[in-house]
Amino acid sequence: MNVIVCVKQIPDPANPGALDASSNTLKREGKLILDESDSYGVEMALQLVDAAGGGEVSLVSMAPNSETAGLRTALAMGAAKAVLVSDPALQGSDALTTAKILAAAIQRLGGADLIIAATESSDGYTGTVPEQIAEVLGLPSVTFAKKVSIEGGVLKANRQTEEGYDEVTCPLPALISVTAGVVEPRYPSFKGIMAAKSKPVDEVTAADLGVTPVGWAGAGQQISNIAQAEARAAGEVIEDDGETFGKIVTFLEGLKVI
Amino acid sequence: MGISNIWVFAQVANGAPTSGSLELVTKARTFGGSVSVWVAGDGAAVAGALGEYGASKVFAVDYGQNLAGVSVASAMKATIDGGESPDLIMFPQSYEGRDVMARLSVKLGRTVLTNSVDIEAVGDSVAATTPIFGGNTLVTTTFTGGAPYLAAFRPKSFNPEASGGAAAAVQAVSVPDLGASGTAKITAVHVEETTGPKLDEANVVVSGGRGLGESANYAMIETLAKLLKGAPGASRAIVDAGWVPYSYQVGQTGKVVKPSVYIACGISGATQHMVGMKGSKNIIAINKDKEAPIFGIADLGIVGDVHKVLPKLIEALQSL
Repeated sequence: MNVIVCVKQIPDPANPGALDASSNTLKREGKLILDESDSYGVEMALQLVDAAGGGEVSLVSMAPNSETAGLRTALAMGAAKAVLVSDPALQGSDALTTAKILAAAIQRLGGADLIIAATESSDGYTGTVPEQIAEVLGLPSVTFAKKVSIEGGVLKANRQTEEGYDEVTCPLPALISVTAGVVEPRYPSFKGIMAAKSKPVDEVTAADLGVTPVGWAGAGQQISNIAQAEARAAGEVIEDDGETFGKIVTFLEGLKVI
Repeated sequence: MGISNIWVFAQVANGAPTSGSLELVTKARTFGGSVSVWVAGDGAAVAGALGEYGASKVFAVDYGQNLAGVSVASAMKATIDGGESPDLIMFPQSYEGRDVMARLSVKLGRTVLTNSVDIEAVGDSVAATTPIFGGNTLVTTTFTGGAPYLAAFRPKSFNPEASGGAAAAVQAVSVPDLGASGTAKITAVHVEETTGPKLDEANVVVSGGRGLGESANYAMIETLAKLLKGAPGASRAIVDAGWVPYSYQVGQTGKVVKPSVYIACGISGATQHMVGMKGSKNIIAINKDKEAPIFGIADLGIVGDVHKVLPKLIEALQSL
């Protein structure tokens, strides 16, 4: 069984984000890392291929500046190869264009039995790209899956709903988006990290994939204003001396909550 | 021209439109045009409530065992092909809302704006506002392609207000042949039972995070929430760790809450969490680390160990 995982390389969330003043896009200079949300999908893919007794896990990603640091993390976990779409023309691409690009990259790999993505990225969190990819490729999909297995060539998943969850079955090929915590991602081993350095990363442009127009030119949107939100001021901060619970009680009484 | 024909996709739970959906109908009304609402499932059951908030028509899609997303999107596309021409389609930022808008986006060749908290008409287009960087920056984006414009909104972006309208007329829309994309089927539906007020409607929310140390200590959060007639919540970290169900999660990828009082226990205040609770009227935070970002927005911050502060607080409240 072959699985393709859509992964995003993002600025380290530990550092405060910033907008590039000239383009109004998120600054992505410097080292990018594998979005932690995607590590669950990579792990899920590796486990499903292992359970199927054969096949491989491939990656598709879109990033500026030929960035591969995040891809190498996923390759070190055990993925076999990657297609990286890196093209300055992609700056400003909207969610629909992103989905078309990733769908084309998936097709460049010849498709797969299963395509896995996170429910949303940790930096842009649009949350529609996986389902858009499924529609571009004409595939069935199970989004927000929190438990996944494949039995007799059929995908079974528990899909998160507002009220609980639905059990869903789906024939392959299919696309799923998985929630964080669906599996425990492995840490890359030293051997894996070394092996990842020589695994193939096929770098292509939007034109190579035949997707036009892209970037701001293809976007159905433009940023019209950026403003600072009203900041929330910090109040009183006190060190606990064993009696601060009384402060909380007084505070709650003042609000007439108790 | 302008924005005169608006569709809203409404999420229905327990037989009624969610408050997040009624907000969107309320907002849709302000454009001054007609408001039609799409529901997945029984339209007759919600036509009264939706009419009261200003909807004149309900399109109901009986999706059977299919997934709602692909079913409703296909029915919308067929209806547009049949001559309807919505200018704007509003979705709640819910699981089904995102699926419907994503599928429809590709079918119509229109992009999407999500996580919006406001929207206004700009000539024949619309501009939607989205908070980024944990809410400290507001980005307004204008659609430049043609209508219909597809936008999804975070819960509690608008106040739901009834307009006292008559029940909406219901029109059943059948699901077109979905081909391969319709081969996923729902085989069982599970509803997770909760007691006490709903997380996103409670007056008081008490949330626990990684600082609780272990799963068993979450009981303190539940006890405190019950004493304050509130709802227990959680950070993403302990939901991911499996301590509590996903339905407890407060944050960007969980529920957005705006209670009178929010008590964060052992939560450092990652951006992802703050987005979901910074709209609370009053915030109390208890955390060991005095550098924790949560103290930057707390009205009352206790730098201390939740294992010491919470038992005393619970005891004090029990003795009141």
